[in-house]
Amino acid sequence: MTIRVVHYINQFYAGLGGEEAANHLPESREGVVGPGMQLKALFGDRAEIVGTVICGDGYYGEHMEEARAECLKLIGAFKPDLLVAGPGFNAGRYGVACGDVCAEAGKALGIPTVTALYPENPGVELYAKKTVVVQAADSARGMKAALEGMARVGLKLAAGEPMGPARLEGTISRGIRKNFFSTTNGAERAVAMLLDKIAGKPFRTEYEMPVFNRIPPAAPIKDMKKATIALVSSGGIVPKGNPDHIRVSSAETYGRYDISNLDDLTPETYESVHGGYDRVWASEDPDVVLPVDVMRELEREGVFAKLYDHIYTTTGTGTAVAHAERFGREIGAQLKEAGVDGVILTST
Amino acid sequence: MTREIEKAAGIPVVQIATIVPIMLTVGSNRIVPGVAIPHPVGEPAKGPEADRKARRELLLRALGAMTTQIDEQTIFEGK
Repeated sequence: MTIRVVHYINQFYAGLGGEEAANHLPESREGVVGPGMQLKALFGDRAEIVGTVICGDGYYGEHMEEARAECLKLIGAFKPDLLVAGPGFNAGRYGVACGDVCAEAGKALGIPTVTALYPENPGVELYAKKTVVVQAADSARGMKAALEGMARVGLKLAAGEPMGPARLEGTISRGIRKNFFSTTNGAERAVAMLLDKIAGKPFRTEYEMPVFNRIPPAAPIKDMKKATIALVSSGGIVPKGNPDHIRVSSAETYGRYDISNLDDLTPETYESVHGGYDRVWASEDPDVVLPVDVMRELEREGVFAKLYDHIYTTTGTGTAVAHAERFGREIGAQLKEAGVDGVILTST
Repeated sequence: MTREIEKAAGIPVVQIATIVPIMLTVGSNRIVPGVAIPHPVGEPAKGPEADRKARRELLLRALGAMTTQIDEQTIFEGK
């Protein structure tokens, strides 16, 4: 019996357009679309892509419940044995959509699901335990390997074959531990590991510690009327012409700009260079992303004492977590030095 | 970025963005859900007045979040 597969992709890979089509409503088509062509070739006669479900990333992100329900209906109508989503690489909204549609389809339809994402994609932390995520590169340069991984793992899952350890399957760990008998006892393994470590050789723990990206919340501001508030944004709003050449995506730098003489960001003075959303609105009025105008108004009304003289800004799309954390540390240190009491950080 | 600024400066950082699960994942403590991905703090399609009103409401809510004692990640929804 041939395995029936449904493929989920976004508007971009369906050839419908980029950000201007990001609000595309869920639709389904018979057979393959876009990267499904290559996937079909990889499946050969072992599985058939019976249909493709397409949804705009913006729509999925902003209307998650409606998008999910509609996509599940479209997927279910094909009566699939397997759902394959993406690959979503390091695209944040697409990765979340792939993870979410897989997790929910697995639950609602009782079928195995697989997607392929870059390990830092936010979809990974949210959904890696609820679906199977093949490790993908951060961009479509890794398309071939990602599709091969999804095809291989997908066939295995659909056949009900047991999965091996994530590092051997090329998937992201689901945090599942399976018991097995080892030929050496714990003491022998621990000593062997220690010797490897001393010798500078690679060694692998048998019990990985979880990574928590949590910090205790900072204490609240006691008197807002005396507070200095800073604006920070990852929405890509920069002075016209992008003087510091902040990258449109995968940023490795941020900018610090004096707004002490500005009451309003206008299209003549500021613009968005963010490569991950439709910039039409932000270009008409950058305040819809980085709200200098109303902050200035609230400052004048005395709601808070002072709007800090500088804004910090970067583009948060495909940005490596390590870079984003460094931006945060550096900006935080500078704001502390400047005596700022609180921050509003806007993201797109 | 939100989390590291808060950690480095020791001051409350309120994040306004649209996809709440991502803000929870990256460890933001004070979260205000934004309007839409391309315009988190505005309603530009509804005209200048409604746009400014929406922005004002969100910023006042963010300032309110900064003065609120919290013990864990908190989403500050509108009324």
